Amino acid sequence: MNLTLKVWRQKDAAAPGHFETCQARDVLQDMSFLEMLDVVNEDLLARGKEPIAFDSDCREGICGMCSLVINGIPHGGQRGTATCQLHMRHFKDGETITIEPWRAKAFPLVKDLIVNRSAFDRIIQAGGFISAYTGGAPDANAITVPKPTADAAMDAAACIGCGACVAVCKNASAMLFVAAKVSHLNLLPQGKAEKDKRVWSMVSQMDKEGFGNCTVTASCEAVCPKEISLNFIAKMNRDYAIATLKGE
Amino acid sequence: MNLDAKIPGGPLSQKWDKHRFDMKLVNPANKRKFEVIVVGSGLAGASAAASLAELGYCVKCFCFQDSPRRAHSIAAQGGINAAKNYQNDGDSVFRLFYDTVKGGDFRSREANVYRLAQVSNNIIDQCAAQGVPFAREYSGLLANRSFGGAQVSRTFYARGQTGQQLLLGAYQALSRQISLGTVQMFPRTEMLDLVVVQGHTKGIIARNLLTGEITAHAADAVVLGTGGYGNTFFLSTNAKGCNVSATWRACKKGAFFANPCYTQIHPTCIPVSGEHQSKLTLMSESLRNDGRVWVPKRKEDCPKPPGLVPESDRDYYLERKYPSFGNLAPRDISSRAAKEVCDEGRGIGPGGLGVYLDFADSIKRLGENVIRERYGNLFDMYEKITGENGYKVPMRIYPAVHYTMGGLWVDYNLMSNLPGLFVIGEANFSDHGANRLGASALMQGLADGYFILPYTIGHYFASAKIPRPSVSDPEFKKSEEDVRNTISKLLAVRGKRTATSLHRELGKLLWERCGMARNEAGLQTALKRIPELREEFWKNVNVTGGSGDLNQALEYAGRVADFMEFAEMLCFDALHRRESCGGHFREEFQTAEGEARRDDENFACVAAWEYQSPGRAPVLHEEPLVYEEVHMSTRSYK
Repeated sequence: MNLTLKVWRQKDAAAPGHFETCQARDVLQDMSFLEMLDVVNEDLLARGKEPIAFDSDCREGICGMCSLVINGIPHGGQRGTATCQLHMRHFKDGETITIEPWRAKAFPLVKDLIVNRSAFDRIIQAGGFISAYTGGAPDANAITVPKPTADAAMDAAACIGCGACVAVCKNASAMLFVAAKVSHLNLLPQGKAEKDKRVWSMVSQMDKEGFGNCTVTASCEAVCPKEISLNFIAKMNRDYAIATLKGE
Repeated sequence: MNLDAKIPGGPLSQKWDKHRFDMKLVNPANKRKFEVIVVGSGLAGASAAASLAELGYCVKCFCFQDSPRRAHSIAAQGGINAAKNYQNDGDSVFRLFYDTVKGGDFRSREANVYRLAQVSNNIIDQCAAQGVPFAREYSGLLANRSFGGAQVSRTFYARGQTGQQLLLGAYQALSRQISLGTVQMFPRTEMLDLVVVQGHTKGIIARNLLTGEITAHAADAVVLGTGGYGNTFFLSTNAKGCNVSATWRACKKGAFFANPCYTQIHPTCIPVSGEHQSKLTLMSESLRNDGRVWVPKRKEDCPKPPGLVPESDRDYYLERKYPSFGNLAPRDISSRAAKEVCDEGRGIGPGGLGVYLDFADSIKRLGENVIRERYGNLFDMYEKITGENGYKVPMRIYPAVHYTMGGLWVDYNLMSNLPGLFVIGEANFSDHGANRLGASALMQGLADGYFILPYTIGHYFASAKIPRPSVSDPEFKKSEEDVRNTISKLLAVRGKRTATSLHRELGKLLWERCGMARNEAGLQTALKRIPELREEFWKNVNVTGGSGDLNQALEYAGRVADFMEFAEMLCFDALHRRESCGGHFREEFQTAEGEARRDDENFACVAAWEYQSPGRAPVLHEEPLVYEEVHMSTRSYK
């Protein structure tokens, strides 16, 4: 099939950006979306033009590096799927596809479709961990974790830190990302000791980075490639309220 | 040169304990005076950086991704082994050790593997304490499964995302140290050279991928946790960015590369669909616990839909050939068996390069829900890529390059022959011999980073006592200049071919001549063709843009240039090793039944290669492998 792409091009954060139209020819159904872009880039290179810059690494939906807004939806709108796992069989011959970067104040643009998501790293650094020094751990079975608790923690821990939740949110809120990490660690008995401090520090950092507030439209849950539940935001709000009452 | 592995004396089971006592310590107050560079932030790199910082060392950690959380360890699905014996099924440190040595086809270092099995238990404790959400039983205790050819259930897992959860644990420990100011993190930064001053490794030259800025970093030691070289083959299960550059540039600075011909071809990957393919996707081999592998008995049946091939016309070839291990036969054996049936013309799917992995029996026995609970995410992934529903029709799988057992040579202390250069995780060669068992990569990466390197690096600091040079040292200046020259050279070619097309050609050549089965003539062809391809690269590659900003074409071309050089060493090693063992199968050396034939008399050794100069064959150094505890038997999974 042949497609028309409208791709966001921007030299760097300071330069003005614009849409550029290019053609993707002889696209096969079995190609992934990124492989389609690879082919377009090969063609651009062959013609001496600068290829489209985009992030990707594992290309199996787990590293969270890929980040494209496709036809207005982060990761393209196929449920539970990151851009790299989206395949061309979901598109039609002759279609025009618009491709943009994540857009949020806290994710400054780097080049073309690449943004800087280091704000997420700083939120984790603020408290997204359990302070367990290497070497001092008791036997792993010394602490039992009820299966439902372990399963819920795993549901939250599945977050790949891609930032689609921020990109889709009209407030550019990072609540789903932060709630996923807070819930993963606060649910587990190992994480209880630092529970209050953790939620308080991570939320403060989130605010400092310039992410917006949550108005519960649930668009984040809808685009999340790991389908992280909105319920974790409710849990985080409760943990945050408790931490505040305790005077953290 | 004498390759001294520095294996401690004494009985096998006491070597590590004794060595830990014998090693010199660095005074706690002095640790902050030592600077360590860690390149790579995967399981090995992140766990090492975090643990070294906790001890008090000043750490700089580098990764090429935008965040240390994205290293390719994250993609490991199946699990991590440990000798806990929580299942009371007869496991022990000795059994895990023995299985690993045997699985590696008796080509690994006994003392290293024993230590790996010993610390495996500490890893599980550490990860559970960090909040890694391992699978649990209803009792709240940890769950285990049997995995990849093991006859005991010793694999711990977190759904199909074990690598992700272990990496996030290490990343979180690392993040904590970054917030404490003990680790300085350099994301989107690539190491482009290693700096050796008066025989000791003292720093690196790195390029900021966003600004193009080239900087020198001096340290008291450099740790490489930069992963394997699977992407030399172009198509592999590695991430797009995985590369050999860090280890190869260290090799060009004098570090020996050991056993590069030991490449693991994983049996359960999604088959190639066309020329556009940018990478291959692995399906966890845990699927083989419940899936049965088959092809039609007759060629004529291959184009038929699988449902129309009656039970009596199917060849469950793994169950037939290896009755005791069946579908769980180790990776090298399963991959080769798949190649054999496809070579016989009995492969299925596009190009006849595929075999079925069928869940119908398990679904009938356990119900679809149980299968969904165990492997749901893998079935979803399969459907996304192929558009087929694995619950209804058998999956199609084919082997692909996955893991590389070879790597930079290290001694028992994980230090290379270049003093001050430590190599951990997949980047070193040490623990898996000629073939790695499933769920052992995560174990080795974390063993090296959490529990081995933090001890041994201190011993180096306390014994070597070589002052840290400044980055104005001539060696730094020279390396920096070399790096700049290479970049200018790449940008100046302005040829007609893209780096991708040249890389794809190299990969195809290697896959055909140095892939699942190798022979002398094929390797000679490859060795003739690689220099030609390299010449073509330097004459005709087209890299657009400049060096002063983000330029992905330039980054990639630099990595391909290194693959082009490294590939030659890989083939030299494969040609030199005139035996078949593990992931290295030489067609000239097989039994009448087509099984691998080892030559313990001549090849029970590590082949460590010393780089010479462009176009000259590398020089071989051998480290004999001495087995004190185990008897070298013929691997049999029948």
